[in-house]
Amino acid sequence: MRAVVTVIGKDTVGILHKVSGICAEYNVNVIEVTQSVLQDMFAMIMLVDISAINADFSKLVDSMDNLGNQLGLSIHTMHEDIFNSMHNV
Amino acid sequence: MLNVYNILETIRMIQDECLDIRTITMGISLLDCIDTDIDKACEKVYDKIVNKAGRLVEVGQQIEKEYGIPIVNKRISVTPIAMLAAACPNGDTVKFAKALQRAADTCGVNFIGGYSALVHKGFSAGDEALIRSIPEALDVTQNICSSVNIGSTKSGINMDAVKLMGQIVKQTAERTADRDCIGAAKLVVFCNAVEDNPFMAGAFHGVGEPDCEIHVGVSGPGVVRAALTKYPDASINEIADIIKKTAFKITRMGQLVGARASELLGVPFGIVDLSLAPTPAVGDSVAHILEEMGLEMCGTHGTTACLAMLNDAVKKGGVMASSTVGGLSGAFIPVSEDAGMIDAAVDGVLTLEKLEAMTAVCSVGLDMIVVPGDITPETISAIIADEAAIGMVNTKTTAVRLIPAIGKKEGETLEFGGLLGSGPVMPIRDKSSAKFINRGGRIPAPMHSLKN
Repeated sequence: MRAVVTVIGKDTVGILHKVSGICAEYNVNVIEVTQSVLQDMFAMIMLVDISAINADFSKLVDSMDNLGNQLGLSIHTMHEDIFNSMHNV
Repeated sequence: MLNVYNILETIRMIQDECLDIRTITMGISLLDCIDTDIDKACEKVYDKIVNKAGRLVEVGQQIEKEYGIPIVNKRISVTPIAMLAAACPNGDTVKFAKALQRAADTCGVNFIGGYSALVHKGFSAGDEALIRSIPEALDVTQNICSSVNIGSTKSGINMDAVKLMGQIVKQTAERTADRDCIGAAKLVVFCNAVEDNPFMAGAFHGVGEPDCEIHVGVSGPGVVRAALTKYPDASINEIADIIKKTAFKITRMGQLVGARASELLGVPFGIVDLSLAPTPAVGDSVAHILEEMGLEMCGTHGTTACLAMLNDAVKKGGVMASSTVGGLSGAFIPVSEDAGMIDAAVDGVLTLEKLEAMTAVCSVGLDMIVVPGDITPETISAIIADEAAIGMVNTKTTAVRLIPAIGKKEGETLEFGGLLGSGPVMPIRDKSSAKFINRGGRIPAPMHSLKN
């Protein structure tokens, strides 16, 4: 089972560090990261493996939401199924 | 495989274009709650609903978190209560409405639909008592919705019921006049009502349905409009294709959420209703889709053609995405709930007559239309009869949800707030239809009802 974490907002020091820190805290393995910074806008999409997660998935979502609020970033943590079902026939 | 463009598209749809799951609705059969003692029946109703739907809201919230998609409403639809009322002829039918309200409060759901009667061919025991109790039931409850089916392609139109419903709509508005006539906004009169509709106010759980099931209603007018904005010079068939593709994506999301809810709640998955249901929020309007297609304002000449194409394309895209499409599925045109419709009605471009024409090609009917408070019950009945005739002859669902604005005249506005929005009082014809309505009887079913 995999999930997608997207982070969009103003670039600051340590975003990747903090997001992956939360992943580590929940025993969620980062599989793939794509990141771009256009002028000072930061956009990152992270594919993570949640099969060995050590808490409820919703707790991970809450933690990411809190981080987003603290840093003024928009962070979405969504199960990959929603993308697969919407975009693949 | 996942790609960045698709991921960002989904997030943009949810964040900027108001994409949401409008409702997950649990349909519950109450046929096993029938009892000759109305108090016992009410207890059984309460117990069954709470037993089946106790976790509905919690599961809805869990799915919201899991997929990051808002689920705006969690609702319940039940067997038409007239069938339960039939067993207790001397009981006060409103007790059922109160029991449903208690169940709604306990479960924390937004609405329970099914304070309903199906009288398209005639009244059976319990039907008339239930219909006559609707004004009080909708006055003393907050989250209960009522519907009455007065006609069908197969059986014709029950004009006695049409006459009665004109009075009931007016009384319901009068009883809730101090709350912007909100009672009438929770009451729908149907022709060809569907048994698995998850949308309010017309949801009820048909007798042909299983004991308990989960339906999903998806929405997304904002997404369709945003998709069209990218192709300002596309031809109409290209536009139809874009709408189909968008409807496909929206419906797949509904299918996913429905399947997950069904798994978590341990009840069968019913249908996905892929309706474009507008809200008064900016960017969530069906009228604005029509305007994006090239109309200066919704309601002008060409509106019916644009809506017909939209409604059809939405269905075609959705059918490919889910094997269990049902409910009403198409485009809703509730006036007060759609920012573009409100503007067009205030401007006088969108009239009752144009809306009536639009209902011949949209998924439902005359919806959330505010009419002058001094409208006569016979005129309401005549509007219902017109609308039912369109449904009967075209073998489609039509409905009437009129709100007589008690104490208000043309040019004034009713403010409901929330998803129900606000509506300007729309002009109606001032000539009487009373003699026609008072004749009573039944309009025979059309020739094409004889299909067997």
